[in-house]
Amino acid sequence: MTATAERPSTTIFRRPRSTEGIWSWITTVDHKKIGIMYGYAAFFFFLLGGIEALLLRIHLAQANSEFLTAGAYNALFTMHGTTMIFLFVMPVSAAFINYMLPLLIGARDVAFPRLNALSWWIFVFGGIFLYSTFIFGTSLAPIGVDGVGGIDGNLPPGGGPGGFNFLADSPDGGWFGYQPNAGPLYSSGTALDFWALGLQILGLASLISSVNFIVTVFNMRAVGMRLLRMPVFAWMATVTSFLLLFSLPIIAVALFMVTFDRQFGTLFFLASEGGDPILWQHLFWLFGHPEVYILILPAMGIVSEVLPVFSKKPLFGYSAVVFAGAAIAFLGFGVWAHHMFASGITPVAQAAFGLATMTIAIPTGIKIFNWLGTMWMGKIRLNTPMLFAIGFVAMFTIGGLSGVTHAIVPSDWQQTDTYYIVAHFHYVLFGGAIFGIFAGLYYWFPKLSGRVMDDRLGKVHFWLMMIGFNLTFAPMHWLGLQGMVRRTWKYAPETGLEPWNVAVSIGAFIIALGILVFMYNWWASRRSGELSGLDPWDARTIEWTIPNPTPEYNFAVAPTVARLDHFWHLKYDEDDEGRAVRKPDADEIISELEYNGLNPATPIHLPAPSYFPVLMALGIPIIAYGIIYHEALWGKIAIAVGALISLSALIGWGIEPLEEPHAADEGEHDEVEAELVATAGEEAVMDVDGEEDDE
Amino acid sequence: MTDIIHEPELDHHGEHESTGIENRKLGMWIFLSSEFLFFGALISNYLLYSNRGGFPSPYPAEIYDIPFTSVSSFVLLMSSLTMVLAHNALSRDDQNGARTWLFATAALGSVFLGGQVFEFTDFVVEYGMTLSTNPAASAFYLLTGFHGAHVAIGVIMLLSLWGISRRQGGLSEKHGLNLELVGLYWHFVDIIWIVIFTVVYLLSIPPV
Repeated sequence: MTATAERPSTTIFRRPRSTEGIWSWITTVDHKKIGIMYGYAAFFFFLLGGIEALLLRIHLAQANSEFLTAGAYNALFTMHGTTMIFLFVMPVSAAFINYMLPLLIGARDVAFPRLNALSWWIFVFGGIFLYSTFIFGTSLAPIGVDGVGGIDGNLPPGGGPGGFNFLADSPDGGWFGYQPNAGPLYSSGTALDFWALGLQILGLASLISSVNFIVTVFNMRAVGMRLLRMPVFAWMATVTSFLLLFSLPIIAVALFMVTFDRQFGTLFFLASEGGDPILWQHLFWLFGHPEVYILILPAMGIVSEVLPVFSKKPLFGYSAVVFAGAAIAFLGFGVWAHHMFASGITPVAQAAFGLATMTIAIPTGIKIFNWLGTMWMGKIRLNTPMLFAIGFVAMFTIGGLSGVTHAIVPSDWQQTDTYYIVAHFHYVLFGGAIFGIFAGLYYWFPKLSGRVMDDRLGKVHFWLMMIGFNLTFAPMHWLGLQGMVRRTWKYAPETGLEPWNVAVSIGAFIIALGILVFMYNWWASRRSGELSGLDPWDARTIEWTIPNPTPEYNFAVAPTVARLDHFWHLKYDEDDEGRAVRKPDADEIISELEYNGLNPATPIHLPAPSYFPVLMALGIPIIAYGIIYHEALWGKIAIAVGALISLSALIGWGIEPLEEPHAADEGEHDEVEAELVATAGEEAVMDVDGEEDDE
Repeated sequence: MTDIIHEPELDHHGEHESTGIENRKLGMWIFLSSEFLFFGALISNYLLYSNRGGFPSPYPAEIYDIPFTSVSSFVLLMSSLTMVLAHNALSRDDQNGARTWLFATAALGSVFLGGQVFEFTDFVVEYGMTLSTNPAASAFYLLTGFHGAHVAIGVIMLLSLWGISRRQGGLSEKHGLNLELVGLYWHFVDIIWIVIFTVVYLLSIPPV
């Protein structure tokens, strides 16, 4: 038997074969490797966003500060928000979903492995594209009525006194890029184009993954893994994917409108020509409000996994938690205008959106009480993941309560665009989402390393974060109520705002210190952390029935699931009073699982790596550069070249052989030769569709 | 790294689909559900601007050539019929028929696109309505332009399938599913056009 004899006639390229080294990462379609890359890239952007925040805090620690120019200040708060939302919390959630979702539902990969790789590469190229604004972007003074300094009398040419003006050549319209401020008239440089097209690219990546994850959950579950036996994280990943699926097309349209306004002379948001800037707000928040649930629901899912394990109790009200998550997502589409109470919408709309907003407190409250019910009377172990999960519940509750105050319209008018708002959304997104993410990182670290993160350093990290976080964001409530305006470049000393601002800035540096501790802990634990074994936490769900680190094939034998918390029931029985009693042979079961997990009895088919996802993604930012500079000849060439690259990759993708024949002639070196699972045969047509949002 | 030898013909874990719908088909349905929101936003956008008067003429609704657009809409609708016939032929394993109807669908789609190019040219050259004339014109071009781009992508997919069928003397089982997927997409694009034609062309009145 020779390999050539079997090779299908369509084989033009060899499928990539590297299993180690850089090419194995570039061509991988393994959901675990993609998840890891997502995670590291997101963390890198987290550090960038954090540095931006620290620069802002150094600046604001002093009244009448001249540390940053106004231009640099505007650019930094814009990029801080954009980075943390689109380049950190969303991709880190994608990292968790990528790595954990197939393990949680008992699959060997996602439904479309190559599409998964495509999402990842589009994301990372999109992030690089967005950040390249610091090099290529320009942020000119507005074309004002007086022709020189702009309409805005507060902003002298050159951005005013201060330092770091080289950072000013980047998007400066805030993370929500309100029009017409971010339109061609008031932001005539290219920086906002980088922003609009960068978000468009990132949205495309998320859209592709959302389709992929939904099909994975619907179709790839293990035998017996009914929908209501799925771990809550898998549920929240599904709900998040639906939110992405239905909200991204709206922001895609809105961003296209901005791009067309800025590049091709449409008039959507130019009020003087009949355009409607408020429409941007509607479209943005119609996406933007579901977006905040996109950020928080995966973290809620993580916390719903961690709390039961460290309380030694099942999740209280599992189905209520699941349905509450779905209800939050559903209601999340009907409340967007509460971001716009100060924009002149009618009183009826204000009342309706205010009421709708309050109803979201109901499912959220259900979740919080269920988490408390899970811990109630439990045998609580305060390991680091548990601390972060409890921190999540506490901080998120504070943020949720201040959120309800925004639903009351007269109160919201006082709070709009003050630091009170800044405090609120950091409590839900930092105290909420990021605490949840750290809980997940500590909890699932053994899955990727086979080791446990150091608990002592973890606790140091937690307390630094907890203290730093509250010192940073609690005083912002008071600053906001005292009238400190959001995004203010300067405040006068006689306002009396300085002391709390100093406290806030100190808090920010304490958080940064916590992050450094975390980074050291991660690095050191990967090298020499305590070995985890199969079941370091006495866990409940089936991702812990396989060895750590996760074998390439995930499950040596396709799992069969009999009930919710399947793994727990393998280890524990109930006594007459309903208390959990560890089975006498639980340890044997675990070591048997470990042995079997490492020694598959039958050969396993895995999706084969591919060059085409990365190639196809590469064309997209090139097209985007071409659009920004389309008036120059090279811009037009760039559009053509980018399209050509993506299209050729697409054709290659379509005719790529689904299976690389078993290379018997390669001798005794037993490479794991991945074969495409039948279900992994995603097709060219899928991607033609995926691409069209990006013309 | 384990040292398991992988044999080609062994178990395909995950081959079962919990829903009973093939992955790619389910993926297409889910993707199309997102596309509805995409066009929903574009159509709402047009409706918002279409009757805000007082800005430079012409407004799209003033210059529609309804008889012409009716004909091109009819052509696009007929392409859905030929798409069904292609699918039907393939399910009877009539490879020649499938190929012919695929080509017919692509041809009808191209005629529609040609009509759109003509319409746009007419609007710009004869009536001077460009992207920058008024927001309603901007919204009109954005909406119909994106629809046209969808049709164009559909035509490319149809022609690819047609080419594969010609080269391989028919469509294999795998490509048979592709035909179904392209069909789903094509019908979607058609349905959207029915909405656009009704709401944007027929029911739209110029501002007073």
